[in-house]
Amino acid sequence: MAMLKHPEKIIFEYSRPQRGAFGQWPTEPGTPNSSDIPANLLRKRAPLLPEVSELEVVRHFTRLSQLNFSIDTHFYPLGSCTMKYNPKACNQFAMLPGFLNRHPLAPESTGQGFLACMYELQEMLKEVTGMQGVALSPMAGAHGEFAGVAMIRAYHRARGDLARNEIIVPIAAHGTNPATATMCGCVVREIPVNDEGDVDVEALKAAVGPNTAGIMLTNPSTCGVFERRIKEVAKIVHDAGGLLYYDGANLNAILGKVRPGDMGFDVIHMNLHKTFSTPHGGGGPGAGAVGVGARLLPFMPIPVVGKDGDQYRWLSEKDLPQSIGRLSAFMGNAGVLLRAYIYMRMLGREGMHRVGEYATLNANYLMARLAKAGFDLAYPERRASHEFIVTAKRQARDLGVTAMDIAKRLLDYGFHAPTTYFPLLVPECLLIEPTETESKEALDGFIDAMVAILKEAESQADFVRSAPHTMTVRRLDDVRAARQLDLTWKPAAA
Amino acid sequence: MPFNPHTPKDVEQMLAAIGVKKIEDLFDEIPKELRIESLAGIPDALNEMQIGRLMTARAAQDGTPLNFIGAGAYEHHIPAAVWAVTTRGEFYSAYTPYQAEASQGTLQLIYEYQTMISSLTGMEVSNASLYEGGSAVAEASLMAIRAHRKSKSQRVLVPTTLHPNYRKTAVATATGQGVRFEEVACPKGQISLADLGKYEGEDITAIVIQQPNFFGVLEDVDALTDWAHANNMLVIGSVNPTSLGVLKPPGEWGARGADIACGDCQPLGVPLSSGGPYAGFLTTKMEFVRQMPGRIVGRTVDANGKQGFALTLQAREQHIRRGKATSNICTNQGLLVTAATIYLSLLGPEGLARVANECHRASLELVAALTRVKGVRLAFDRPRFHEAVLQFDRPVAPILAELARRGIVGGYDLGSDYPELGHALLVCATETRTAADIETYASALAETLKAAVRAA
Amino acid sequence: MSNIPADLKYTKSHEWVRTLANGDVEVGITDHAQGALGDLVFVEVPESGKTLKVGDAFAVVESVKAASDVYAPIAGAVLEGNPALGDQPELINSEPYGAGWIARMKPGAQPQGLLSAAEYQAHLAAEG
Repeated sequence: MAMLKHPEKIIFEYSRPQRGAFGQWPTEPGTPNSSDIPANLLRKRAPLLPEVSELEVVRHFTRLSQLNFSIDTHFYPLGSCTMKYNPKACNQFAMLPGFLNRHPLAPESTGQGFLACMYELQEMLKEVTGMQGVALSPMAGAHGEFAGVAMIRAYHRARGDLARNEIIVPIAAHGTNPATATMCGCVVREIPVNDEGDVDVEALKAAVGPNTAGIMLTNPSTCGVFERRIKEVAKIVHDAGGLLYYDGANLNAILGKVRPGDMGFDVIHMNLHKTFSTPHGGGGPGAGAVGVGARLLPFMPIPVVGKDGDQYRWLSEKDLPQSIGRLSAFMGNAGVLLRAYIYMRMLGREGMHRVGEYATLNANYLMARLAKAGFDLAYPERRASHEFIVTAKRQARDLGVTAMDIAKRLLDYGFHAPTTYFPLLVPECLLIEPTETESKEALDGFIDAMVAILKEAESQADFVRSAPHTMTVRRLDDVRAARQLDLTWKPAAA
Repeated sequence: MPFNPHTPKDVEQMLAAIGVKKIEDLFDEIPKELRIESLAGIPDALNEMQIGRLMTARAAQDGTPLNFIGAGAYEHHIPAAVWAVTTRGEFYSAYTPYQAEASQGTLQLIYEYQTMISSLTGMEVSNASLYEGGSAVAEASLMAIRAHRKSKSQRVLVPTTLHPNYRKTAVATATGQGVRFEEVACPKGQISLADLGKYEGEDITAIVIQQPNFFGVLEDVDALTDWAHANNMLVIGSVNPTSLGVLKPPGEWGARGADIACGDCQPLGVPLSSGGPYAGFLTTKMEFVRQMPGRIVGRTVDANGKQGFALTLQAREQHIRRGKATSNICTNQGLLVTAATIYLSLLGPEGLARVANECHRASLELVAALTRVKGVRLAFDRPRFHEAVLQFDRPVAPILAELARRGIVGGYDLGSDYPELGHALLVCATETRTAADIETYASALAETLKAAVRAA
Repeated sequence: MSNIPADLKYTKSHEWVRTLANGDVEVGITDHAQGALGDLVFVEVPESGKTLKVGDAFAVVESVKAASDVYAPIAGAVLEGNPALGDQPELINSEPYGAGWIARMKPGAQPQGLLSAAEYQAHLAAEG
């Protein structure tokens, strides 16, 4: 693989005065008419931008790309992230000129093709999740969570029930859950998870009451196991007057097998950049579409696509006067939504059923073989969902080799590390999610690497502890990065 | 199953290793009554050829009309190299750079982006992006509240010259945390100190100033910034990055400079793409760095003393601070940051200034050509950049509909957001609009209006 | 085995309290706490004059992996935050009971409910 071995300079270090990618500049220098714009509003000093040729730009950024692991180049078993193949067709067709060059505020008459895709995406997402309405505008999972909790609050307020401001969250929850609750002006109440990975139902009963706005759950949970008593949990919360929020980060485990709407959830968010294979892009863009049950339909964030006869149009505040409002200037990450649409059309009905099945098959296969190879599972009595947790607690105690060390050594073997130290309640954990697009050989290669690292940990622990050894950089000094903040490049003092 | 590699033999071997007879057995922990019978509402699968035909037909249906709208999303020339490199698999399908040693490409790129966007806005530090320009105003307001040691009111002034959708987004996003957005009416299409007079002496935490404002008019940013600081308010500048090729950046507004700058990177190499994905930027002074939401990349060294890059200041973020985080933001807009960084590298300071100047010249030409048409006049005849408001003597919607029929997207109808402006349209021309394009619009408009007069 | 000086008082949330000769009080976090946090990268100390009730969050200690609130062990007024921690947050790691003090306070009332060194040690053992 084309992994660059030598570090790449910072682009400013290539700058030379009067060098530039001239083919990209407008041919006329032009000057703003000085009587037109007052001098005190004009820039006096040029901004610090590179002065380099076009080849230097292409070479620099291509070389930077070669310093990355990616799904296209490496097996990436990051738990809770669903790093499945991003089909090239999704990118190619989402970038057709008719979609790519369309202004978001152009008249709807010039957008019927695009709107048809968005409407059908809403309908398909409703079908696979069992919800009554879908809004596509949230731009990431956390954004969708915000919309979901805001809708729950709006629902209670509309009923005059102003006391309900508590959101119940299991302690194993992803950090965005309590952060979102706080953003919505709610108070977080954490409940424990039992030794088998299920929510502590007795603790839940004690936690619900007249102040309960709702509960935020992931199912399968962040522990990688299915919440077996979900129907009971739903009843307890609903009977207390609260609503159920579903964090869809782990939807890949149950896609085509179970629907959140059928489990009793009132509102869900989906991570289209996980379950529906849109690209992770080095940190986004995502799309966090939300689905709602009948109770929350009036509160959906705008805009939503509607249909009048055979004409599609955007529904706005006028159509949804109780909407929680607009979450961004336009309609969300349209390009991401198109990619998700294309993916769902390529999967079709049969393909949708197979996602959950093969993701779960791959995870259970990995789990069974790693357990046989001597790794400790956090929940050995449970089935894996699409992911499972290995704990390195024993290795940390006996050999001084931690989950972090194993993760770093895996990089040397050509595998991106699994998620580490999440969920927080399992010490030294590795959360492993292979996804359904990996072959048996890829999984076997990963198992072989893990077995080799375990052997190394037993005989040469120091070597594992100081990994990685073959990447462009060794382990990085995080403490220094935070203590001596160097966040922008500065030219050397003259 | 277009993307699953499993052969029946693979499945057989894997089931044997697990110790179950069939895949269904792996779901035995899930109550049977919850299992889906069928997904009848999902159509049959299409192969790549078939979906290609469908999408091609739909894209063609929408065509590529001649565009004259800005209003927060701008059509610019995007160099071919930008997306050729950005869609490389190593950028496109990489994850968030949590494992720094496996992500030095992304991390270094973000560091370079932080450098460029800080300098462009005249600030000292930037984050790695937010979702887009509207939610950036919300995040900037929340940040200002955290950063302002003395003000307790959580009141943020939002003039009506700030993009209406930015205001709506800020309200929908931040009111839940106690922020009180107060609209300041600016009837002259520009904020005047007279509009702000009633806030003197009040406890206001921050004011948001958009430059150029939503109407394309240039605000008197020095006077406004100094006024705000004299009244103990923090200043948030919501700015267009292309315009910063020639306009004074927020960090240099007034005597002390704005405190926080935000906006959208869309004009920097990101296509209009029907509304997204774009990328919000947020920059500030070093003294406020710990109040900044989102990811931040820092340069450090590795165990051998070699230069490297890592996410830093993560303790503020959701995955550590949880309920007390600065924001719940996790995934941001990494791929678009990649595009913007490559774009800025290709343009450089001279190229960006030229693009900005060309936009300015084209928009002046557009206004001149359109106001030559009978029944069209310019509102707010003041220094502007990029966009302008035109007023008509008849409703705008039918005019736009007719122009659309002729393959022209003529502008943004201001009727619902600014009814006080009467029949008004926001128009924009960037460096992509040639003299011929402008002439096409002007003649189509003249014909449309003549026909409307005849029909009346 | 963390260091727990016998002459100080403690809280369950890992703060320590030292009564100075003039009746003022010095506050910090324990050796156990600094070890759990790891290398500190930033400390936010309170401003002088701030009035605190018992349990008020009055400082933040930040490492690469955590940012924790520090809670007022007594009620009173802040005299000063430790100015050295601005440039050297690592003093809390190296000298948690000495140069790494976080704030000095004037007690508003007689301190109540604080743990002795032995009681704090038992609390740590129970926490496991």
